[in-house]
Amino acid sequence: MELLGRQEVWSITYDHALGETASSFYTRIRDEAAIYGRRSAGSGKVMVPPRSFSDETLLPTEEWVKVGPGGKIEAFTMVYEAFKNLPPPPYAFGYVLLDGADTALGGYFKGVDLTDPAAAAEKLKIGTRVTTKFAEERKGEMLDFWFELA
Amino acid sequence: MSGDRVGIIGIGQSAFRARRDDANYPELVREAVVMAMADAKMDFDAIEAVVYSLSPDAMVGIGNAERLGVDAVGGRMKPFLRINTGGSTGISATAAAYYHVASGAFDVVLTAGADKVGECGDSQSVLNKIWDPSYERPLPLGTINMLAMSGVRYMQQFGMTEVDMARVTVKNRRHASLNHNAHLRKPVTIDEVLESRIISWPIKLLDCCPQSTGGAALVLASEKYIRDNHLDAVWITGVAHCAETYWMGDRMGNNPTAEHSGAHALGRSFERSYKMAGIKDPMKQVHIAELYAPFSNTEYHAIDAARLCSRPGESIQRLRDGEYELGGRIPVNPSGGTLCTNAIAVTAMARVAETALQVWGRAGAHQVEGARVGIASGNGGDHQIFGTMVIEA
Repeated sequence: MELLGRQEVWSITYDHALGETASSFYTRIRDEAAIYGRRSAGSGKVMVPPRSFSDETLLPTEEWVKVGPGGKIEAFTMVYEAFKNLPPPPYAFGYVLLDGADTALGGYFKGVDLTDPAAAAEKLKIGTRVTTKFAEERKGEMLDFWFELA
Repeated sequence: MSGDRVGIIGIGQSAFRARRDDANYPELVREAVVMAMADAKMDFDAIEAVVYSLSPDAMVGIGNAERLGVDAVGGRMKPFLRINTGGSTGISATAAAYYHVASGAFDVVLTAGADKVGECGDSQSVLNKIWDPSYERPLPLGTINMLAMSGVRYMQQFGMTEVDMARVTVKNRRHASLNHNAHLRKPVTIDEVLESRIISWPIKLLDCCPQSTGGAALVLASEKYIRDNHLDAVWITGVAHCAETYWMGDRMGNNPTAEHSGAHALGRSFERSYKMAGIKDPMKQVHIAELYAPFSNTEYHAIDAARLCSRPGESIQRLRDGEYELGGRIPVNPSGGTLCTNAIAVTAMARVAETALQVWGRAGAHQVEGARVGIASGNGGDHQIFGTMVIEA
């Protein structure tokens, strides 16, 4: 028998409140071109991105700590496949432990030739030193910064 | 054993495919439920409560689709609740059904669900939405990228290679070729995996699970009910869950509680379910494992977490040696596993169902000879909320 279908598209707009901690993180990026974390009470761990409380101590975090701009790669991937509503490939991104931080921050890796995946993976291998680069014009968002090989 | 165990008395699973144009969503749920009821030789009247297995709504494209499921499971005028823990949903729903019975509140409980991931052309953009809007949503995160990064760390720590990843796919596809319910059943070679296109390095197309459509259902009952009614059953002897931080970047860096290369909380969940079942040495006491692993690399950390090897990373060598193949020492994913079939809402229920069929001796062409003790797992959230079970004949 003839089986029929029906196409539906979900397109929903949200205006998310970021909260005090994330707002402060982004305004510092925008105004100072610097990354800050929050020091956790009890453990002293510097959490980046900053959180208002620690999931380990369950206490509020206590103070702002400037971290980076240098750091080392903790994880990476290079994406070669196009996904709907995600950036056109190829691109590389992952997580970096910035100097002075205890947890890793996500961001794009730029300036690495991704033509040969094996060669790119070697350049981005875990432990590689990177530095944080900031856009000239910053809006106060995650895409204001990225990482490049040091 | 005391008389207060919880048994599985009925199992239903679809033959999973990319699409099922002959059935809408509730019809697919009903298909699995009817099979489970027939397997239990029971009418709907005997079901006292229903736990509904449904992961993110956007995957089926119906908001709170459990509402449509009420009719499909015969839930009218019965206690009914929905469970969602992402990829682990199916084992979480089964655990909730288990607790319904173990508490003494009910004697017979149905758990069921279905997914139509194949109808969602955007599963990775749906899965990008599981990341928090404050910090990580602007990054191109998805479950493939997240677990590619786990793989990169596992490679660095334990020496896993892309060939080792391919070996998992080759093993599981061979197993799936024997399982008529599996979605991807065509055997592949190591070279075919290595030559398939890179999705998110080191994960290639053939290292990935498919987007599957199908349903699953289980009927659970109290030991007293099973004995009084002279029913056949297998027994859930261990059940546990464990959660870990949402933040992937906290699973690396300095002294993380959990390590993103591994599955720390899955290991804790297995410890809890082993303790409950009285299993002290899983390598000697477990005969078959159905471990949730949607990408080839993740099967290694699942095997490590289940302690089916002596130390983390040793799974690589043991898999090379064929220990986890059908016919090997402890077959892992004899059904082909999540790598060959992933209908997200019921994927982890399929792990339970397949383990139950194995210890029951009813798994058919992919039966593990002499299996009496099996384990099942599910991973959900962003590699974050894990469920485990021990099932025994």
